[in-house]
Amino acid sequence: MASVEELKRICSQVRRDIVRMVHAPASGHPGGSLGCTEYFVSLYFEIMKTNTAFTMDGIGEDLFFLSNGHISPVWYSTLAHRGFFDVKELATFRKLNTRLQGHPTTHEHLPGIRVASGSLGQGMSVALGAAISKKLNKDNSLVYTLHGDGELQEGQIWEALLFAAHHKIDNIISTCDYNGQQIDGPTDKVMSLGDLDAKIRAFGWDVLHIAYGNNVEQVIAGLNEAKGRTGKGKPVFIIMKTVMGAGVDFMAGTHKWHGNAPNDTQLAQALGQLEETLGDY
Amino acid sequence: MALSDYTVQNEVDTRSGFGAGILALGRENSNVVALCADLVGSLKLDEFIKEFPDRFVQCGISEANMIGVAAGLTIGGKIPFATSFANFVTGRVYDQVRQSVAYSGKNVKIAASHAGLTLGEDGATHQILEDIGLMQMLPGMVVINPCDFNQTKAATIAAGRYEGPVYLRFGRPKWPNFTSADKPFEIGKAIVMNEGKDVSIFATGHLVWKAIQAAKLLEAEGISVELINIHTIKPLDSETVIRSVSKTRCAIVCEEHNYIGGLGSTVATLLGRECPTPLELVAVNDSFGESGTPDQLLAKYKLDTPDVVAAAKKVIARKK
Repeated sequence: MASVEELKRICSQVRRDIVRMVHAPASGHPGGSLGCTEYFVSLYFEIMKTNTAFTMDGIGEDLFFLSNGHISPVWYSTLAHRGFFDVKELATFRKLNTRLQGHPTTHEHLPGIRVASGSLGQGMSVALGAAISKKLNKDNSLVYTLHGDGELQEGQIWEALLFAAHHKIDNIISTCDYNGQQIDGPTDKVMSLGDLDAKIRAFGWDVLHIAYGNNVEQVIAGLNEAKGRTGKGKPVFIIMKTVMGAGVDFMAGTHKWHGNAPNDTQLAQALGQLEETLGDY
Repeated sequence: MALSDYTVQNEVDTRSGFGAGILALGRENSNVVALCADLVGSLKLDEFIKEFPDRFVQCGISEANMIGVAAGLTIGGKIPFATSFANFVTGRVYDQVRQSVAYSGKNVKIAASHAGLTLGEDGATHQILEDIGLMQMLPGMVVINPCDFNQTKAATIAAGRYEGPVYLRFGRPKWPNFTSADKPFEIGKAIVMNEGKDVSIFATGHLVWKAIQAAKLLEAEGISVELINIHTIKPLDSETVIRSVSKTRCAIVCEEHNYIGGLGSTVATLLGRECPTPLELVAVNDSFGESGTPDQLLAKYKLDTPDVVAAAKKVIARKK
């Protein structure tokens, strides 16, 4: 168990990694990655029961599935700092022959990854399968997923929501990164989700909120609250408000940094706002 | 074996062979799980569900979710069979099969009934003729199209024992059951059903029976036919194909599929690369199907016994 101060220090380093990782190949998705840093760090350093000696089956461990695979930089950095692989490998992100593909994959056998994601909308279904597998194996650990809010426009998500409630799959906690932005602009302008809370509730899930997902204390409290609601016959959904690009002032709150890499000047500017706490890779 | 050894034991649908196969597999391995998208009766899963109710996952009419759930079930060691009509577990969910199953290397078995024209009266919306192509283009995907009840049962058991993604294709209509019930099924190993020297006939699925009928007619005319059942389209038994055409120097391929992307395309690619050989294809000529009885459709789309005979004669003429 790390202290909140320690978690914040890890977050700062993960944010430095994110901007450096996308800068090097001049490619990647910094916005959503920066916005979900507190979520990832809290999950891997505080909430989940994980084993860095990775096995695909993860028997007795909590499992995490990233459905919006494009925010791979934050996941890779978190996994590396948690000890799944050497942080030096972050330098290979999106480069030829890397295990750190642009979007996560099992194909390169990177520890921590259990399914490929990138084509949106598929991760919840896969996680539900893993959750059923846990029930069949009488394994009472939990399954976590993360989704973008724009991703919820995919129909398969709603198939999965229906399925999970019908089968009372109550060992899953799905979180929506509700930053209100997607590639083409604000989600409300591209394809509004309307009253998301009411919709998910109407599908039969237990819904809770994290009012500000860029605050470690709030994220931990929200995830712990969600854990307490598992095992009660309903799947659990968290609507987590975040700021896309959080932590770097000129990237924050806009869709413009969804999938763009900073240039040299912008990188220096961003790094100037992020303390190097654990040492750069 | 000679052609005369292949006689009809009974007429039964290949999907019942799947039902019998997954039941046997379920008894053999407690990790086997069946999934279905509201077509339990069509997929002949009733007995499996009755015996293993906890190992059946009803997915409702949500095939995309079903493929993802199947991929997830492998995490924890389950062996999921995701089942529906061939159209709905391939074309409708191609991206899900591609990313969550094939690219992710998951041990998922996609069991697809009602493939091809012989689905019959429901018409072209349901008669997929492109599924073999779609599935065999996916790296690492094994593609199997057994020919009768006995072979479908054996193929189902073999697919369950194999580690890796498998596409298993079978059909709706009652069909002659003519292979031996105790014949071992080896994925990727073609079966030489009759040795001959004038023409090679490579057939898969329902059309193996049509090819047997045609071969009998051809032999009655003094034409020596090498008939090979290619139940596994990928990986193709290249060695057996090449050995056969090295002897006969001409070949036809028979399948209930579009000629583009199916077994015919695969054999053509192999022969073009390794030993250019005259080749004719008994397959659907790049069109959709339509409503009709299986027999009417096979006749109209030129997949019937006379079409196999004609193709064989045509290709023999081409080698001279």
